[in-house]
Amino acid sequence: MSLIAFWGAVELGLVYAFVAVGVFLAFRVLDFPDLTVDGSFPLGAAVTAVLIIAGVNPWLAACVAMVAGAAAGIVTAMLNVRFKILNLLASILTMIALFSVNLRVMGKPNVALINADTMLSPFYGLGLRDFYVRPLFIGVLVVIAVIVVWRFLESDAGLAMRATGANARMARAQGVDTNRQIYLGMAISNALVAFGGALFAQTNGFADVTSGVGTIVVGLAAVIIGETLLGARGILIALIGCVLGSILYRIAIQLALSTDMLGLQASDLNFVTAALVTFALVLPRLRRGGAA
Amino acid sequence: MISVNNIQVIFGKGTPLQKQALNGVSLTIEQGSFVTVIGSNGAGKSTLLGVLAGDVLPSEGQVMIGKTDVSRKGTAARAGLVARVFQDPLTGSCGALSIEENLALAAKRGEARGLAAALGPKRREHFRERIAELNLGLENRMGDRMDLLSGGQRQAVSLVMATLAGSEVLLLDEHTAALDPGMAEFVMNLTQKIVSERKLTTMMVTHSMRQALDYGHRTIMLHGGEIVLDVAGDSRKELQVEDLIAMFRRIRGQTLDDDALLIG
Repeated sequence: MSLIAFWGAVELGLVYAFVAVGVFLAFRVLDFPDLTVDGSFPLGAAVTAVLIIAGVNPWLAACVAMVAGAAAGIVTAMLNVRFKILNLLASILTMIALFSVNLRVMGKPNVALINADTMLSPFYGLGLRDFYVRPLFIGVLVVIAVIVVWRFLESDAGLAMRATGANARMARAQGVDTNRQIYLGMAISNALVAFGGALFAQTNGFADVTSGVGTIVVGLAAVIIGETLLGARGILIALIGCVLGSILYRIAIQLALSTDMLGLQASDLNFVTAALVTFALVLPRLRRGGAA
Repeated sequence: MISVNNIQVIFGKGTPLQKQALNGVSLTIEQGSFVTVIGSNGAGKSTLLGVLAGDVLPSEGQVMIGKTDVSRKGTAARAGLVARVFQDPLTGSCGALSIEENLALAAKRGEARGLAAALGPKRREHFRERIAELNLGLENRMGDRMDLLSGGQRQAVSLVMATLAGSEVLLLDEHTAALDPGMAEFVMNLTQKIVSERKLTTMMVTHSMRQALDYGHRTIMLHGGEIVLDVAGDSRKELQVEDLIAMFRRIRGQTLDDDALLIG
């Protein structure tokens, strides 16, 4: 694997770290299996791309992408909370609908951002080579996001959200409006995922309506790899695990694809992903001496 | 103070399984009074507790807690007035959170929750002191996950949690039923201590007639969704478990096969 390929994998891993943290919030904190992310990731990319082309400041474009993602999360939450649709099904409905929404937003399946100003543009000319600038820049954003989410989850408001996912009956008895927590949590989760999509569009130079396929699996893979490596030792460790898991996942994929010996090609990606997630799920059991 | 007026609760209305869980129950519990509630399965004791807690909203009647009419308020909306300990130790606290996080959650019961850190040094110390009073050695395990504790320990912590934030009433829902006899006694003594120290208006639902007569100031027996016995003062002091059982038999018009179940 070349240096460029390695740093490319790290960069992509950092972009998807936002997805991983979002998935962690939905799956682990709220116990809400949310597939909306397959739609909110390309939604974030689409909104950003269209706005940047329209001449909007790329930072502002990313913020609008987050708002759009939050709205998608709120729709899923509403289908579940207000209309009592099973959480998984509610998220699938939103995800399917978002495919059409994304096409409408872009007006076509693919929008290119070549030569457009992005959040990264000011940093390219500072002497570092491009393939270092990107992971460094995104890395800083990831650190900020992890600290913010960590502080939130350890605040009074965050405890209410964690209790909602862990024991809703107890949370209500403590005066927590659990429905509101689901709205809030799904909004934050999908806003983070959409921000990942916005970064993806700005670093890769395009937004594509199909780029969301399998986002949930990638995010879940990162969460599970992180948990397998670092174990359950508090919120901060879990969040760091998400980031680490996301990067390691990309490196593992890159390795698998670039090793000629295995004879894998790019189209084998989904199979490799499935195999990797399965491995990460089985590993903790194997460690306990094969007792299942 | 609790004031319940002519409460009707019907489950599964309009279906073949329709059941009148509470039928015109009226009840006033004075400030600082400790009332125990007994009754056979299906008598309506859990429903009555649910009506006070907000889990069950009555189809008719009025529920006042303190000076607030909570008849139409759900559990979360009235949590500032109601502290509660559940029968199942797993329900009353959050297994995935640490002991001190559970306490932090309970300390804000019924209040707005902001973005300030849930566990500042001052609050940590306060929680530690409260848990140390239990003499269970848990003050050295404040960061441990709640699900590492035994059922009895969890109920003891739940009782502390119930008193961290102010409340008008304390509801105890057979909170010793899932514990071994030794731990049940410990939790009951702790309950007694907390209730009398803090002069809490308390309603305790129990399966044990012994407990119902030994603790509190007043005992209520429910049957078929109605209050069939309401004793306090001297007449209650003279009452024996055997009398209660005899009463049970009379009411039901049949012999009970398993007295042990009721004495338990």
